[in-house]
Amino acid sequence: MRRFLDGGIRLYLVLVLIFLYLPILVMALFAFNRSPLYGLPFEFDLVWFEALAGNKRLLQAGWNSVWIALANTVIATTLGTMAAVAFGRYTFRGKTLMQALLFPPIAIPWLVIGTAMLVFFFWVGRSVGAPGMARGLHAILLGHVALSLPYVIFVVGARLNDYPKALEEAAATLGATPWQVFRRVSVPILAPGVVAAALFAFAVSFDQFVISYFLAPPGVTTLPVEIYTSIRKGFTPEINAISTIIIAVSMGLMLVVARFYRFGGERSGNE
Amino acid sequence: MTPTTRTRWAIFSLTGPAYLWLACTIFLPLLAMLALSFLDKSPLVPKPPEFTLGNYGAFFAKDFYWSLTRWSVELGLWVTFFCLLIGYPAAYALAKRIKGRWREAIFLLIVLPFWSNALVRIFSWTMVLRSNGIVDLTVQSFFPGAPAFDLLFSYPAVIIGLVHSYLPYMILTCYIALQAIDDSLVEAGRSLGATSFTTFRRVVLPLSLPGIVSGSALIFVPVIGSFMEPRILGGTKGATLGMNIEEQFTVTANWPLGAALSFILLAIVLVIFGIIYPFLRRQGGNA
Repeated sequence: MRRFLDGGIRLYLVLVLIFLYLPILVMALFAFNRSPLYGLPFEFDLVWFEALAGNKRLLQAGWNSVWIALANTVIATTLGTMAAVAFGRYTFRGKTLMQALLFPPIAIPWLVIGTAMLVFFFWVGRSVGAPGMARGLHAILLGHVALSLPYVIFVVGARLNDYPKALEEAAATLGATPWQVFRRVSVPILAPGVVAAALFAFAVSFDQFVISYFLAPPGVTTLPVEIYTSIRKGFTPEINAISTIIIAVSMGLMLVVARFYRFGGERSGNE
Repeated sequence: MTPTTRTRWAIFSLTGPAYLWLACTIFLPLLAMLALSFLDKSPLVPKPPEFTLGNYGAFFAKDFYWSLTRWSVELGLWVTFFCLLIGYPAAYALAKRIKGRWREAIFLLIVLPFWSNALVRIFSWTMVLRSNGIVDLTVQSFFPGAPAFDLLFSYPAVIIGLVHSYLPYMILTCYIALQAIDDSLVEAGRSLGATSFTTFRRVVLPLSLPGIVSGSALIFVPVIGSFMEPRILGGTKGATLGMNIEEQFTVTANWPLGAALSFILLAIVLVIFGIIYPFLRRQGGNA
């Protein structure tokens, strides 16, 4: 009975995994299929990846996405880590309120945040005489950093929950200069959390669609926005090809994150 | 500088940039949008706007918006329900029945897809659900001559796509809650004569409630605000409040109405958080 039950449990988990991966695999399959109308039987061909190499719009959108994600990673990780260090090191009035303020960017639907940014940026732009300033890659970057900041602060903060202030003080008492304390004590403690947070921030930005969609002026797009536009116009397997690349990149990135930051495996000690 | 002023300066300069950024991109925009929802003209119009309650009035006066909102809330409930139905047993199996390397591997496989682009995953379902898609071809090969199986552009398609998108959240939160339950509590229940089912109902389920509640919140909130998924998988069927808000900003350019609808959406979200907050507080001690 017990063995039978265990078999059933495994089967169930396999079914869940099939549900999660089936559409992704089907999509990747059609990226390598010759037929432009998603016809079967399957004929292996790289024609859609070749077409991709000549699709300037999609490539430009891809570069925009990569640059925004990189800039977002640098800015959000720097500012977020600074705030997380302040929360970890010091107790001060208003700290709880400040930490609570990190929830709205996560809990409010992106649709609301994205449209609110559009409205506000438009007003600011118009009051300085440049309403066109409301949308564009700079506006998208502003929005992405805002969404990434809470995640960075949480991820770095989780690492600093009990900030080893004593270690820094000990180093200082033993004659280390502030720079040496920072370099030899603080940085090694912070590093794994910061790396995980940076990868997180990159993923948040690279996958972000809703905010970018509202802040992208006609003609300027990021990859998800361009894909959305193409899907609505009627899609070709070229979208499968670019989607397959995106999925491979994000999943690869996630596997790297998993090495730095174990999400669920941390308690494996008590087995 | 005295030590306290120095500390104060350190705190200020460390947290200042991040919070200034959040103020300019989240909090001020929300205030701007709240103000806009009470104006009678879009800022795109050069004439000066005037105060009005008409945008909110339109919502309560027209059945159309009411039915959009009802479908959005229903969609949120269905998706949350199916995620719980599929996700909880999976989380339970993973937390309590599978051990060691297998657990880590399967866990990673479950969280992996939700780091891939949501749009791309929704798009991938069109290939599975459309006529001549994978499901259709499988049905046809087993039952030649069966009626064409075309789920694309239907309510079920939207629900399937959204469940696929959000299932990992539910598995993740339930798994964390279930894993924290001490196995000796279950053994104690069993040795005191309770059946497996009673132990589950009286011990495991209540202790894992925070995971269920936070998973449901993480799913329900984005789903009632969704517009991209219903548009791609539902087509013209099953318009949601989110789709209408999107149109007010991109197509009809009636920003004040869009702003008012956004705040109604936000009010629904707040009510939901208000309902579940006591649960999280009461049970949150061990989560």
